[in-house]
Amino acid sequence: MDLSERIALQARTKAQIRAFFDARNVTEVTVPSVMPAPVTDPYIEVPRAIGPDGAHLGYLQSSPEYAMKRLLAQGSGDIFTITPAWRIDEVGPRHRTEFTLLEYYRVGFTGAQLRDEVSQLMQTLLDCPSATQISYRDAFIRELGWCPFEAADAVVFETLRQQLNYTGEISRTGALQWLCACCVEPQLGHQAPCFLTHYPAEQAALARHLEHQGQACADRFELFYRGVELGNGYWELTDPDEQRARFEADLAQRALEGSPQVPIDEALLTSLVELPECSGIALGLDRIWMLAAEADELSQVSLF
Amino acid sequence: MANYSTNEFKQGLKVLLEGDPCSIVENEFVKPGKGQAFNRVKLKNLMTGRVWERTFKSGESLEGADVMDTDMEYLYNDGEFWHFMATDGSFEQHAADAKAVGDTVKWLKEQESYVVTLFNGAPIAITPPNHIDLLVAQTDPGLKGDTAQGGSKPATMASGAVVQVPLFIEEGETLKIDTRTGKYISRA
Repeated sequence: MDLSERIALQARTKAQIRAFFDARNVTEVTVPSVMPAPVTDPYIEVPRAIGPDGAHLGYLQSSPEYAMKRLLAQGSGDIFTITPAWRIDEVGPRHRTEFTLLEYYRVGFTGAQLRDEVSQLMQTLLDCPSATQISYRDAFIRELGWCPFEAADAVVFETLRQQLNYTGEISRTGALQWLCACCVEPQLGHQAPCFLTHYPAEQAALARHLEHQGQACADRFELFYRGVELGNGYWELTDPDEQRARFEADLAQRALEGSPQVPIDEALLTSLVELPECSGIALGLDRIWMLAAEADELSQVSLF
Repeated sequence: MANYSTNEFKQGLKVLLEGDPCSIVENEFVKPGKGQAFNRVKLKNLMTGRVWERTFKSGESLEGADVMDTDMEYLYNDGEFWHFMATDGSFEQHAADAKAVGDTVKWLKEQESYVVTLFNGAPIAITPPNHIDLLVAQTDPGLKGDTAQGGSKPATMASGAVVQVPLFIEEGETLKIDTRTGKYISRA
């Protein structure tokens, strides 16, 4: 694709997104890129904004989630944003330090309702069939032959050794995440986009817990198309005490790993009291452009 | 030697793994949606030629390996070692053992230039030039008038390699051979 085709593709996609949300009364918002607190996720680091005198000005955001939830808590109603986002140390054919997120929230929607709507959005943007879905449990059983909730640790770590030749130190959750990335995800969404749903409760992040197939799960879902991860969504957790406990568990994990400590977003926790029941998703727009162009790498569709 | 972190792993970088010098062949970064990033790395063990596939947590590091490729001329074999001399004007000499010479032994010709891979100053591998001119030491008599037709026969070269050559080739001729495929290219 030459530059003018890339510019046209990106502009067309953004126009389609705006029309899609306009028709559904979801309002576009702009949120700050620099905020006083970053995500606490132990494995996401972001750049900091530094003034000319070296003063710390804040953190560039890895996602507009915290800012958007504060708007939702103040009664914004359904909102979406198209915004740059940053992550350090993530560079590869499908990773860039700065990337573009399409993030949106629907008040009163369950995770299942949001997935239906995201499926329609994907059909609009990628001219693809409607999305399918498979649970985390069933996907592991299909690809690896065992249940990620019930398999013995020995089975999980032996599979990691066989598949990835890794015998170093790693938690059970870590081993499941690596196997999911290498053995499960590449098989997803080859005919139509596919949601991977019902993650183990330990991988909930900002999703609420629920029981599914008799297991403690999170209502968290990721979207895959042609083996590429396109997005991550939650039926959002609205309990500030539970959220604070998860943030503090993240900080404890950071301390264990020797990663930098970061401030907790107190403004977010305060606002969660008023957060309405809602579901939301972040979609990687650069990767959507990549798939729309039938490309394999972001560099084939990026402007810079 | 310096340590190299997974984000510095580039194709051709020489590192130590389990004590053996390895060359990075491929380095794939994987970041689960949530969870710790890792790198799936293919490394060629320069001692054995075998390719290893290993996984590292992103940010882990390996010690660099003191590995150097040097152009050297083959001198002679003393029955146990094969002797080479640097062609950079230093006249530095190195003795390679059978393990280092490996299959290249059948392509060795005095005064020809080879790439000698040195690990901590000692030869661990000898790479022949892609094309080499060799004398035919033995082959069955050629068939007159069969210069255009296909068909081939084995010929033992002076270096020891056995190469399939066209039927018209005679003993004592010099041939150009591709050492990567072991195939005859032309008369030299």
